[in-house]
Amino acid sequence: MLLSVNGLTVCYGVITALREVSIEIDRGEIVALIGANGAGKTTLLRTISGLLKPTGGEISWCPPAAQVKSDAKTLEYFGATKDLVGMRADQIVRLGISHVPEGRQVFANLTVRDNLLLGAFTLRKRSDIEEGLERCFGLFPVLAERKNQRAGTLSGGEQQMLAIGRSLMGRPKLLLLDEPSLGLAPLIVRQIFQIIREINLHGTTILLVEQNAHMALTVANRGYVMQTGRIILSDKAANLLENAEVKKAYLGG
Amino acid sequence: MHDFLQQLVNGLSVGAVYALIALGYTMVYGVLRLINFAHGDVYMVGAVIAYELAVKLAGLNSPVWVALPIIFLGAMVGCGALGFTIEYLCYRPLRHRPRLVSLITAIGVSLLLENLFQNRRIFGATPRNLPELLVIRPVLSIAVGASHSPVIVTNLDLISMGLCIAMMLGLSWFVLKTKMGLALRAVSFRVDTASLMGINTNRVISMTFVLGSALAAVAGVVDAMRYQVDPLMGLIPGIKAFVAAVLGGIGSIPGALLGGFLMGLVETLLKGYLPAQYNNYSNAAAFVVLILILLVRPSGLLGKTTVEKV
Ligand SMILES: Nc1ncnc2c1ncn2[C@@H]1O[C@H](COP(=O)(O)OP(=O)(O)OP(=O)(O)O)[C@@H](O)[C@H]1O
Ligand SMILES: [Mg+2]
Repeated sequence: MLLSVNGLTVCYGVITALREVSIEIDRGEIVALIGANGAGKTTLLRTISGLLKPTGGEISWCPPAAQVKSDAKTLEYFGATKDLVGMRADQIVRLGISHVPEGRQVFANLTVRDNLLLGAFTLRKRSDIEEGLERCFGLFPVLAERKNQRAGTLSGGEQQMLAIGRSLMGRPKLLLLDEPSLGLAPLIVRQIFQIIREINLHGTTILLVEQNAHMALTVANRGYVMQTGRIILSDKAANLLENAEVKKAYLGG
Repeated sequence: MHDFLQQLVNGLSVGAVYALIALGYTMVYGVLRLINFAHGDVYMVGAVIAYELAVKLAGLNSPVWVALPIIFLGAMVGCGALGFTIEYLCYRPLRHRPRLVSLITAIGVSLLLENLFQNRRIFGATPRNLPELLVIRPVLSIAVGASHSPVIVTNLDLISMGLCIAMMLGLSWFVLKTKMGLALRAVSFRVDTASLMGINTNRVISMTFVLGSALAAVAGVVDAMRYQVDPLMGLIPGIKAFVAAVLGGIGSIPGALLGGFLMGLVETLLKGYLPAQYNNYSNAAAFVVLILILLVRPSGLLGKTTVEKV
């Protein structure tokens, strides 16, 4: 288990946004989290990445400390489990959890290149930074063309690519994506989902929050359905796509 | 013509001080969206530290080229520490409260510093003169055309403008070319997104207060030499520098510089050209000019007019 959230409760003042939420993410998975507006998806991601403090529950992070190949089997040795609750957001980033926030939030007044350098803030070695830039420009060639342009002047799709590219600079183990398809044309959405799959194939585990339930469940291995602050359903993505309730509520039929 | 050039020199010299103070207002506003009303008093504390150090150094008969760097550095370090403490104790605990709470706290901190330094055991309410370490004298006199008296630039004018330019260059280099400067710009844009980049935003905010306060200290030392040291001396320059920052576009570093120099020039020129009986109104007149500019450009001369795509 890479990340497990246990009985998480989060309040905004008197409003309880999450009630005893528990989810688990295994290494290498794409896990989709779907739910209507106001269900609490963003709240969950912001709590995992340390921007919000929960009133109860725990978030355990347990990355493999070492991998050993023996007899055609890969054995993993797990390091100490860490509770993320109470850690600052920047400390959590350093553990290898990267969050692409809702609405992209690129630094509009800075250039594309500076945005990417900020994504690499935790890196020390110049060669790592250069390599990150190269990887990012390979994934998103359009960003290479615009690297000296201010991020605020990019199109919505390009901004989303920048936000994802920025989050990959530090080579995260877990990527939290909050509605990457928000407000984008279908063609761009397909492109973004293609890239999400590619990132996952390169070994990054992904927690994907989406309104676009169909797309999300198509790329995901497993999914959770959230409603008014609770997880009401969890299953293999393929099963959720066939689930009558899910079909009715989130897949438009 | 001669008169005008002389006023120009004086205006730039005074404006340099406003610019230095305005930088602190604008940087803190940039990261916290807070008007740090205690900033003018940090400038005052810089002047007080300069006074105390100057008295000690005069007692030791140290030459001016030794004394001045010690005084400037001492004031910068002292004010930097004060800025750090103010943020840590007064603003940080209120960070997630409505902004008005911090604003009122800032006014409280300002009053606290002013009253603390009026205490006789700390400084006292009577204005004092710095011991004559630096004798202010003309170092440049530039003959202009056929006029009889030359334009005079004093050593203090040179120090004031020279330090201001050096600080600006240093700050620009820091903000535009270093990793921490990039972090500062990210935090100014949006604090929580910056923290998602792995930036320790508290550290960046502390650093902003330290830098801004150290710049105010330089201004305080210059004015301690130019005028007198007085626990209430931060009031008027503080307000003027605040207006300068707003005029330049609050949050914008080049804006603070432009606003500071403009403020100094407008004030000095008005003082020079208003009929003598209206001289007392030169401050008010300066504010009127600035209000007029703001009416035309509400976000300030270099203020942000960026359109963000959603
Ligand atoms: N800053 C806030 N203050 C008070 N209530 C909030 C705040 N942010 C979110 N909420 C409330 O918490 C609940 C969950 O919000 P959240 O943003 O997590 O939903 P979401 O599932 O991400 O929705 P969407 O799909 O619209 O992005 C909502 O009822 C919302 O009104
Ligand atoms: Mg949301």
